[in-house]
Amino acid sequence: MTGLGSLVRLALRRDRLLLAVWTLGLVGITLSTASTVGELYGSPESRQQLGATAGSNPAFLAMLGPLYDASTTGGVLAWRWGVFGALLVGLMCLFLVTRHTRAEEESGRLELIGSAVVSRHAPLAAAVVVALLASTVIGLLVALGLTGLGESASGSFALGLAFASVGWVFTGVGAVSAQLSESARTANSISGAVLGAAYLLRAVGDAAGDEGPTWLTWLSPLGWLELTRAFAGDRYWVLLLPVALFAVLIAVASTLVTKRDLGGGLLPTRLGPARAPGSLGSAFGLAWRLQRGMLIGWTLSLFVLGAVYGSVARGVEQMLEANPALQKIIAQLGGAGAIVDVYLASIIGIIALFSAIYVVQSTLRLRTEETEFRAEPVLATPVSRFAWVGGHLLFATVGTAVVLAAAGLGAGLVHGARVGDVGGQVVRLVGAALTHVPAVWVVAGLALALFALAPKLASASWAVIVVFLVLGQLGPLLQLDQWAMDLSPFTHIPKVPGADVTATPLLWLTLVAAALVAVGFVGFRRRDVG
Amino acid sequence: MTAAISVSGLVKTFGPTRALDGLDLTVREGEVHGFLGPNGSGKSTTIRVLLGLLRADAGSASLLGGDPWRDTAELHRRLAYVPGDVSLWPNLTGGEVIDLLGRLRGGLNEKRRAELLERFELDPRKKGRAYSKGNRQKVALVAALASDVELLILDEPTSGLDPLMEAVFQEAVNELRGERTVLLSSHILAEVEALCDRVSIIRNGRTVETGTLADLRHLTRTSVSAELVGEPSGLAGLTGVHDLVVEGNRVRFEVDTDHLDAALRALVASGVRTLTSQPPTLEELFLRHYEDELPAGQAEGAMSS
Repeated sequence: MTGLGSLVRLALRRDRLLLAVWTLGLVGITLSTASTVGELYGSPESRQQLGATAGSNPAFLAMLGPLYDASTTGGVLAWRWGVFGALLVGLMCLFLVTRHTRAEEESGRLELIGSAVVSRHAPLAAAVVVALLASTVIGLLVALGLTGLGESASGSFALGLAFASVGWVFTGVGAVSAQLSESARTANSISGAVLGAAYLLRAVGDAAGDEGPTWLTWLSPLGWLELTRAFAGDRYWVLLLPVALFAVLIAVASTLVTKRDLGGGLLPTRLGPARAPGSLGSAFGLAWRLQRGMLIGWTLSLFVLGAVYGSVARGVEQMLEANPALQKIIAQLGGAGAIVDVYLASIIGIIALFSAIYVVQSTLRLRTEETEFRAEPVLATPVSRFAWVGGHLLFATVGTAVVLAAAGLGAGLVHGARVGDVGGQVVRLVGAALTHVPAVWVVAGLALALFALAPKLASASWAVIVVFLVLGQLGPLLQLDQWAMDLSPFTHIPKVPGADVTATPLLWLTLVAAALVAVGFVGFRRRDVG
Repeated sequence: MTAAISVSGLVKTFGPTRALDGLDLTVREGEVHGFLGPNGSGKSTTIRVLLGLLRADAGSASLLGGDPWRDTAELHRRLAYVPGDVSLWPNLTGGEVIDLLGRLRGGLNEKRRAELLERFELDPRKKGRAYSKGNRQKVALVAALASDVELLILDEPTSGLDPLMEAVFQEAVNELRGERTVLLSSHILAEVEALCDRVSIIRNGRTVETGTLADLRHLTRTSVSAELVGEPSGLAGLTGVHDLVVEGNRVRFEVDTDHLDAALRALVASGVRTLTSQPPTLEELFLRHYEDELPAGQAEGAMSS
């Protein structure tokens, strides 16, 4: 394939920092989690106890998957971090592929390359090679690192390769969706939706119980990671599934490449209206037009996510009730209702992190508009910078409340229907979800302040979310100091439903967010545009 | 006559690069002013300062009597801008963008909008991502030319248009002459020659020349070729005569416009059979200002073409 080598080198050169951060970050988090698990659950007794609770708790099953074998540190690690780690590897791969295919094509840079001596398939092949390399290197480093920490080599490689295999699958998914749509944003959304569906399929399958549709886990690439049973049988043959799927996806993508024009997509583009609707006549109207698709997509997705998590809540209660050995402990903890609340609070916490992704996407739309030179013609009209930023920020901030309320509504409707109290649960869970709004606003404020003061670093807002995710999900496990955990605004949100809500932390978070937004507005007014 | 745009000593640096280095520019009300310079000479930077998108490091700029940085929104009500590289929203149609920009500026002239769409042969129903560079430019041009504003700021507005559409553009600007002030940046010389009342030539962030085309022609040479009755004599020694070529009774040379009279007298003395003289084109004017940037042979070739 002519030009493949030089394109791969070009991509590696462009992404050397990005790839280093992803690789070191993912490998580092995995290995440090392993060593803390080793310290926390050092004795076989403590691991056994964990195994007994984790294996029977549908909340854990839905979020993290089953704990097959708690007798080794590796087994606990594979359960605690396997699905989340693989989710991040998948995310990295689909971003990488879009970045080097559709995004390049959209910007017109690929045309320049295409006119040089480069075969038709070379740009796609180069993107695939880079993503494969990255995920495989991460998998191997995880395997070697875990072996170095004293875990069984067979289990370490099973987990490492399972990580890598999720990367391979989403490399393929990214390659296909890059052919479908003309915009990189849509391509990423399609792949992201597939990744979300993979997570949900295995969540439902894992938490289904023996009677339920456990086969759903077999339909998910993230489920395959669990089914490989690293450190609990090491079923390497399961990895043939992702390899086969990868091959199919790449075959599909490379056929699609030959069926379309450069710059074109396969999804048809239709003619649109010749006149603008009345709503498109102000900075706010433009922001609505640019943001509504994303807002609607997120609202629906989080509604479904809430409903799926909500459907499991009743199972938590039933399972606890069916276990007489646990009755006494449950009573001490405040009854089965309290345990369900702990579950609901933890899933709403995760959903709040998802909504932080929305808020960053929505806020950074400003930066995209600027770098794509679409801000300039708008700011050359009477639209003030304040109004321009404000229009987009309104969607980021109000949109946060909308997507969180949708998640609470989904969880409340489904859980309410199962416990026979729809009205009450909807109010409780929508309220609980909305409690997280101030923390998400802080994220929006950070993104806006970065955009205004250090526009070139605006995409560091994504890193902020990852830091908050790691602090929230792994902070207690990694035994971080409280001050470090306090850095995340999500730490300060009461664990609702269940916990008492006090206004003070919420007010403080809102104030911090408001201050950051003010910095953003003033900073942007004072800087050069473009 | 009052000045619509008045800029003096403008300085703008980006890191170590000095994009504007004491630039001066005066655009009188009602005129079409050509803003001429090679790529990277600072035309777009000047325009961005005038639009309040960039903040100048030094110097003063006034636009329609206001401060472009402070009075941004009020000033923008009275102007329309076409960027050099028009980028449209991929999922908005051309028609939607025209309406949007028009409404943001406070309204469009509906009749002109329809008429311009037809003259530019633009389909307003296509999505932004489906337009070619030229068509994206047309979208911005229609939106600007159909706006009822005092000032048009056009940054290389025809760089993606074919010659036919360039002619449509020139026609449209000519129709607005007198009603609007136009600042037209360009490196297409024929366009400036055809449209502009006055020209400012900039280079490396500084204004090197400004005036009407007639003013600027004083600074340059006329090329003369003649067939004479007798042997040419006396030309070689004349001041202001350059690149003299004598082939028998035929003679070709360039002469500084100020010394044209003396050169013609020398020709007449030998008896003139045929005579062609060409006024300096803006091309030559331009090349004289930049010829030190071109290898000598290339400058010569471009001059004679």
